[in-house]
Amino acid sequence: MKAKIMGAGSYTPQKKVSNAMLEEIMDTNDEWIKSRTGIENRHISEGEDTSILCGKAALDILGKTGISAKEIDFIIVATMTPDGSSPSTACLVQDFIGAKPVMAFDVNAACSGFIYALSIAEKLIQSGAYQYGLVLGGEVMSKIIDWQDRSTAVLFGDGAGGVLLGASETENSFLGEDIHSDGSRGDSLTAGKRAVSNFQLEQATENGFLKMEGRAIFDFAIRSVPESIRTVVEASNSTLEDIDCIVAHQANYRILKAIAKKLKIPVEKFATNIAEYGNTSAASIPILLDELLTNGDLVLGSKKKIVLTGFGGGLTWGSMLIQL
Amino acid sequence: MTFEKIQAIIVDQLDKEESEVQLETNFREDLEADSLDLFQIINDIEDEFDIKIESEEGLITVQNIVTFVEAELAKK
Repeated sequence: MKAKIMGAGSYTPQKKVSNAMLEEIMDTNDEWIKSRTGIENRHISEGEDTSILCGKAALDILGKTGISAKEIDFIIVATMTPDGSSPSTACLVQDFIGAKPVMAFDVNAACSGFIYALSIAEKLIQSGAYQYGLVLGGEVMSKIIDWQDRSTAVLFGDGAGGVLLGASETENSFLGEDIHSDGSRGDSLTAGKRAVSNFQLEQATENGFLKMEGRAIFDFAIRSVPESIRTVVEASNSTLEDIDCIVAHQANYRILKAIAKKLKIPVEKFATNIAEYGNTSAASIPILLDELLTNGDLVLGSKKKIVLTGFGGGLTWGSMLIQL
Repeated sequence: MTFEKIQAIIVDQLDKEESEVQLETNFREDLEADSLDLFQIINDIEDEFDIKIESEEGLITVQNIVTFVEAELAKK
């Protein structure tokens, strides 16, 4: 059995926070943020948690594809900001959309989460055991951000997106993948840390806020991502010229520019919407993919080849070559 | 030789003329480079010379980088 992308969808919180609004709560400025990141706005939750964002994105996908929630055979949510450890965000989504009591679980690979989840989902469909699967990436990054830390607070936003995968005898969306992790460099991006603390141990509690070593992450992204894109393209006997569009994790526009330069391709090949949403971690790829499909820049069934590529905490990174 | 290679990297990354990139050139003040520009330049220099530049602190001018790279190369 082959796995096919049937459609995409997304949902972002209504509240839009501009750089100018951030100037009012911290020592930063619009020009600095825009020139270093390309970010102009981000959407910030006013209370909706990750499962709600994901649930609404799932309903958007179902509406666009005409598949009913009752037909869904599994739900995978990629997130580093779940509502809690239990129930998983995916279980809450299963209830929210009114799906049958199907397999539902979360995957955490930080900003690469959607790539990881999509890879797993493809294998589940390929096995022949499942007809339809929802693959979502959703984050409420605003709840793990230290709003006193202007070096990270300006970068992130909240949102969710995803795709519906369906089993097909003939049509295959997935041409190849290249997915990695390196825990030895994990300290360069951490969040939600909790020290062991129990009746034997009293530890200083950590605040769990997201912490990032800017240069280490920048360096990692501009070395590993071009290599991964090149690998996935070449392994499928394609060339970068054959690729219509690269849908990369929207971390920072300057990173996309640097990756394009390393690959010696025009940055225009990289789709972007970071100006509007900031870095939404595992949600950024599906939100962007949905936008491209909705506005007609990409068309399912066109047979055009695109690359999805994610990178982030873990460290994790990975690329998938997709035929629309 | 070290200077010329570093100069070429800076010219390429910042889209400047060779004449604008001299030993005394200050990244921030003369080339209007920000921290991310410097990260990219350091990244290219690390690849070019096969060295590791752990910290960007103190790398204010082109001369600072040339001196650092030459010291690293001498250790090899």
